[in-house]
Amino acid sequence: MRLDRELTCAQLVELVTDYLEQSLPVRDMERFEEHLAFCGGCAAYLEQMRTTIVVAGRLRERDLPPELEEQLLEAFRGWSTP
Amino acid sequence: MRLVEALRGGSEAAFRELMRMYGASMLRVAQLYVRSRAVAEEVVQETWLAVLKGIVRFEGRSSLKTWLFRILTNTAKTRGEREGRTVPFSALAGAEQDDGASVDPDRFLGPEERFPGHWSAPPSSWAGEPEERLLAGETLEVVQAAIDKLPPAQALVITMRDIEGFSADEVCNALEISETNQRVLLHRARTRVRRALEDYLS
Repeated sequence: MRLDRELTCAQLVELVTDYLEQSLPVRDMERFEEHLAFCGGCAAYLEQMRTTIVVAGRLRERDLPPELEEQLLEAFRGWSTP
Repeated sequence: MRLVEALRGGSEAAFRELMRMYGASMLRVAQLYVRSRAVAEEVVQETWLAVLKGIVRFEGRSSLKTWLFRILTNTAKTRGEREGRTVPFSALAGAEQDDGASVDPDRFLGPEERFPGHWSAPPSSWAGEPEERLLAGETLEVVQAAIDKLPPAQALVITMRDIEGFSADEVCNALEISETNQRVLLHRARTRVRRALEDYLS
């Protein structure tokens, strides 16, 4: 997306993921950050997006259900001891 | 390649380590392709069997993680199709319909205003929200519910990136999609989840 001079808030919200993924061209990134510097609404929006990512990360479960783990181990033992 | 070598040698410790690293993520991803938790568990089992069978031929051109999740997604896709669940994963290849603006256009000033395109109803900071509220079980349920309502390709990408912590490259490789596509799907997904959180917190 090519932007002319000044970024509007409506444009900025469409670029948030590109910004967080560091995939904006340098000039657009500079415009993005310039805009953020004077726009509280967009700063809050970006912060909300970052929080959303953190909260989603909390949904992660690290453990398999024990019965499934047991079944997988059995399958493994069957495979490793022919 | 240490784990790969060990696994080839029949090391149960290596198998346990891989299960700990990837098992829970595999189960969550599988659940996005099939109807039930039970079937997702079968997909995970089938995947591990295929991994064990194929490990001798694994050449390490892709990372083990990428290889594993390709086997998983292919197994899950086949299983989903057999179940008659025709999930429009074609969206991964491109054109999941655009669902419009990231933020309701009514929240910006119109073209007749002095600063068109600037916030008329700006979002409020969540910095004042106590962490206990943001990370409470109920908030997590709101996020999960929002993800469950996403089109499948978006749900898949946000689950892998933001829940399971895959890098952009890992998602592109595992799902065989372009960087741009990955980013577009992620953007739409995060946008909707943010909106759900904003509705809930306000």
